[in-house]
Amino acid sequence: MFQNIGEMVVLFWRTLLSLPMTWRQRHKVCEQFFEIGNASLLMVCILSFFIGAVIALQTGPVLVSRGLSNAVGGVVGISICKELAPVMMSILIAGRIGSAMAAEIGSMQVYQEIDALRTMNINPIQYLVLPRVVAIATALPLLVIFAILVGWLGGAFVSMANPHIDISFASFLSALREVVMIKDVANGVFKSFIFALLVGTVSCHQGLITRGGPRGIGRSVTKAVVNSIVLIVIFDYLLTRALLS
Amino acid sequence: MNTSLANPSRNGIGIQVRGLRKGFNGEEVLKGLDFEVRPGEIFVIMGPSGSGKTVLLKHLIGLETPDAGEILIAGEPIQSAGVMDKYRMAMVFQSGALLNSLTVGENVGLYLSEHRLKPPPEIARIVAEKLEVVGLRDAVDKWPSELSGGMKKRVAIARALVIEPQLILYDEPTSELDPLSAVVIAEEIVRLNERSQVTSLVVSHDRDLAFGVANRMAVIHQGQILTIGTPEQIKHHADPKVQEFLRAHFKRAEPHPNQ
Repeated sequence: MFQNIGEMVVLFWRTLLSLPMTWRQRHKVCEQFFEIGNASLLMVCILSFFIGAVIALQTGPVLVSRGLSNAVGGVVGISICKELAPVMMSILIAGRIGSAMAAEIGSMQVYQEIDALRTMNINPIQYLVLPRVVAIATALPLLVIFAILVGWLGGAFVSMANPHIDISFASFLSALREVVMIKDVANGVFKSFIFALLVGTVSCHQGLITRGGPRGIGRSVTKAVVNSIVLIVIFDYLLTRALLS
Repeated sequence: MNTSLANPSRNGIGIQVRGLRKGFNGEEVLKGLDFEVRPGEIFVIMGPSGSGKTVLLKHLIGLETPDAGEILIAGEPIQSAGVMDKYRMAMVFQSGALLNSLTVGENVGLYLSEHRLKPPPEIARIVAEKLEVVGLRDAVDKWPSELSGGMKKRVAIARALVIEPQLILYDEPTSELDPLSAVVIAEEIVRLNERSQVTSLVVSHDRDLAFGVANRMAVIHQGQILTIGTPEQIKHHADPKVQEFLRAHFKRAEPHPNQ
């Protein structure tokens, strides 16, 4: 992975330089955006609901037994919006969308479609990479906002339904509102924006360097997902440190 | 490549290749090639598979950079700024290299639509016209996956024609095709050359195609050019490697008398 970091930085820089072409590529951006939303919304919904539910289930009884029932909403709320929603959704998108990006661009590379674009003086970064990176960088933060809300609902539902916690929906939300600030949600959304840029760049880069037929495409897809997840976890730590200070 | 179609020149451009060398992973694929393609001619480079023909074509269209030597497009080095923008060049890939996510019509009109050279109705008219030239007007809404190998190559030729090229490079245009489709493609190459005086460079190991369409031809073997001449001169060339390639044919072994 690390030998390609320089290439990925160059690709990311060239994508940034191509940003003025975004309006020209708006149809492709919209296509990609709806594909990401369409492919992921249900999964995001299920995943975030159960993440919220399990956090409430794990922390709720412990806090309630120590007389801290009014802290359950805050613990669930803050852990979902600052950490779990951005990281888990980014990992989900790396698996679901990053793999598709690497496979599609990789097969275009192997079957000379990208060479054909070059011979027509069409820049593959503007034509292929830019729409995907812009779409994922727009869609993932929106998905994360949605995931945060659904996760909170999951936590509230379990807190209400579980007899060992037994906190009303209103109490859960009021405790959550006391602890969670807009800044915390913004932190999570900002992290997901950075993760989206990572997933988009890593996946497109892996697609562009694909060599050697179907086996090469498979290898690129695996590398795109694994490298994206590793970078998400590393950047999660670095961003958390930076945002805390 | 030139993205202006305001005054499409009908004249082909010449190419000169001098001492071209290229290696991959320490293995030299092109070992100092020297040849010239004259404006408006059909020049065929013939040779067995793995002799470096496709790598050579990729150099001529700017997809590869040579380790040594130079390529002159209409007398100007290919690396010098603006040369690839100044002349219109197109390549027909061995596989066709159509974009599978686009329809045939979108593929053919891609150059015009991406560079915004014409309004959509005009692009649709040009696409229909170019598909008509290759006999595939009805395929405009089909997907590449719905086409046969021969049709894909003809669509690739139509896509190249949209550029109004001064030079077309064909990479194994008849490979994987049945003899009838191969004849159609060969006729297409000759017709285009006669119609627009475009310079055509064809690399192929198909002897029928090579001798059928070439004004001049070269034989390449293991990254070196063995000979250059007219089809007639090549046919009678004394080099045993040339003759071995030209005369190779399958001969069934005689059955053993006891069998």
